[in-house]
Amino acid sequence: MELMATIRIALRAIARNKLRSCLTSLGIIIGVGAVIAMVALGQGAQHQVQQQIAAMGSNVLFVGSGTMNRGGVRLGWGNTKTLVYDDVAAIRRECPAVSMVAAGTGTSAQIVFGNDNWYTRITGTEPEYLDIRAWPLDEGTNFTQDDVQTAANVAVIGDTVRKNLFPAADPVGQTVRINSLPFRVIGVLSVKGSSVAMGNDQDDVILMPYTTVQKKMNGTQWLAYAMVSAQSKEASFAAQGQIEGVLRDRHRIRQPQDDDFFVRNMADVADLYDQQTTVMTLLLASIASVSLIVGGIGIMNIMLVSVTERTREIGIRMAIGATEDDVQRQFLTEAVVLSVMGGAIGIVSGLALSFLIPRVLGWPVSISTTAILIAVLFSIAVGVFFGYYPARKAARLNPIEALRYE
Amino acid sequence: MATMTSTPPVAFSEKETAVPIRVEDVHKYYELGDTRVHALRGISVEIAHGEFVAVMGASGSGKSTFMNILGCLDGPSSGKYLLEGTDVSLLNKRELAAIRNRKIGFVFQGFNLLSRTTALENAELPAIYARISEQERISRAKEALAMVGLADRAEHFPSQLSGGQQQRVAIARALVNRPAILLADEPTGNLDSRTSVEVMEIFQKLNEERGLTIVLVTHEHDIAQFAKRSIVFRDGKIRKDEAIVNRQLASEVLRTLPALED
Repeated sequence: MELMATIRIALRAIARNKLRSCLTSLGIIIGVGAVIAMVALGQGAQHQVQQQIAAMGSNVLFVGSGTMNRGGVRLGWGNTKTLVYDDVAAIRRECPAVSMVAAGTGTSAQIVFGNDNWYTRITGTEPEYLDIRAWPLDEGTNFTQDDVQTAANVAVIGDTVRKNLFPAADPVGQTVRINSLPFRVIGVLSVKGSSVAMGNDQDDVILMPYTTVQKKMNGTQWLAYAMVSAQSKEASFAAQGQIEGVLRDRHRIRQPQDDDFFVRNMADVADLYDQQTTVMTLLLASIASVSLIVGGIGIMNIMLVSVTERTREIGIRMAIGATEDDVQRQFLTEAVVLSVMGGAIGIVSGLALSFLIPRVLGWPVSISTTAILIAVLFSIAVGVFFGYYPARKAARLNPIEALRYE
Repeated sequence: MATMTSTPPVAFSEKETAVPIRVEDVHKYYELGDTRVHALRGISVEIAHGEFVAVMGASGSGKSTFMNILGCLDGPSSGKYLLEGTDVSLLNKRELAAIRNRKIGFVFQGFNLLSRTTALENAELPAIYARISEQERISRAKEALAMVGLADRAEHFPSQLSGGQQQRVAIARALVNRPAILLADEPTGNLDSRTSVEVMEIFQKLNEERGLTIVLVTHEHDIAQFAKRSIVFRDGKIRKDEAIVNRQLASEVLRTLPALED
């Protein structure tokens, strides 16, 4: 029997029981729709994380001054006084895998402009900081190495600070007061958003020379950290090793002793997040595909009922010359058409869900054509697998008994 | 009959002239637990080309089993059945399906049309299984419907047709693959007397004009009178096999009957 005629017969049988066919397909619809939506959700999360890490710079390394243990009291990172600017200069000089380094130290302070004030983080650093973090300016200029030398009172402000202190005015050229000291705003940073690793608002910040923070605010000589940029993403592991070597050497740390610093590699962080989101995507997809299997069992159930109901029809077809193969093909086609129709509707509903999720829930999605393809193939496979037994049962009927069946 | 030499399946050249139906000492029994129930106990019969045979007998006489064997729906327990010279017991299921499809046309008591399927599509069905092209199929099905006088009802569903019309669709379906033999199992069992005669008129016409060999199972004597020969079954054996003497012509009988339908 030719394929088109077989499909036409299958469609007619399906149309005969519209409600039942819809309910039967529902399992596949939900399964395919869920797989597509869940994979889109997982991949959306993955892409977002990847983008944010790329925005942070995947070849960035973070060198922090270490934890310390003073009389049994363990303090968090940034409390040792051993990381100093000479270390940063040594990293710049002696590590070939490193392309840029910027010293960093921080504090928090109340910033006042006119009648407005705002409490924010202050990052004291060097001009390279913005290049390392791939963070362009929106307006104005960056501070210079000269400003660092002279510990100048200049500030580059983040977007959140701008919004809070300068809702209308142009901030560049204005003077703000920090701890009663006047600072000239020379630049405004572009919007960076919240960070993946810490989850805090990266735009709620003021940048200035590290020397200014050390001398005029903290009154200290040491640094809290250094931001490093490796020559490339691949070179970041080499850079990590070189930095560790240089710092251990300078700090005279021997084997059994703990480091008084740490190096965090963004490539590691990126890999870690990538793994996490991949696992999450697979988990979501496998939970969703359980409903595909449940849908397949639904099809098998209804096909078995259908074979019993249509015993007489099978008898007639056999009496007028249908072979076992013809009957088997007919019922198998019916099961596959049911599951493929469910698959098609499932794709539409999966895409609709993928369209709605970001708009209603605000979660990012990324539609995967691979997932759609796999869902379609899977739904055909479900039809064949769960349709085979009922079809076989139909084909094995004895025509005489089938004809006599009431 | 038991002494008859067994004939091997005949070669193609002989098939043209081969006897449509030759049954040699056929037994059929069923095992029900420990007991063996005999349905047929040694049937031997030959039906020649162009015959119109009425098979009669009470229920349980074995006539239905005989028909199932003739129709290749069931095989004999022993003995031989040669259909146009081919020993059917040697064929596999697929080949039997092909024989049912091409050599035999079936007409049943309960019409056995597919519901929610038009008359044309019902008539077309055996041609689908014969893998005939769609165009050819439709023209053959239309031709067959015209032959039974239903050309104008091609697009009607069985539920929109009277019993007689449904049985005529079933006859058209039986004819679509142009078989040499038509097997009818109580074709008038569900019909009133006038419609029954109308169906018999079609059978007689097909038998006379197209030389179709017809085997008709019936328990009604007046229906059997339209055939040319009657075979009477009893307890699994042929009790009587004779020519019908006062053969009736359905077209003439119809003229004497008052019109009830249409």
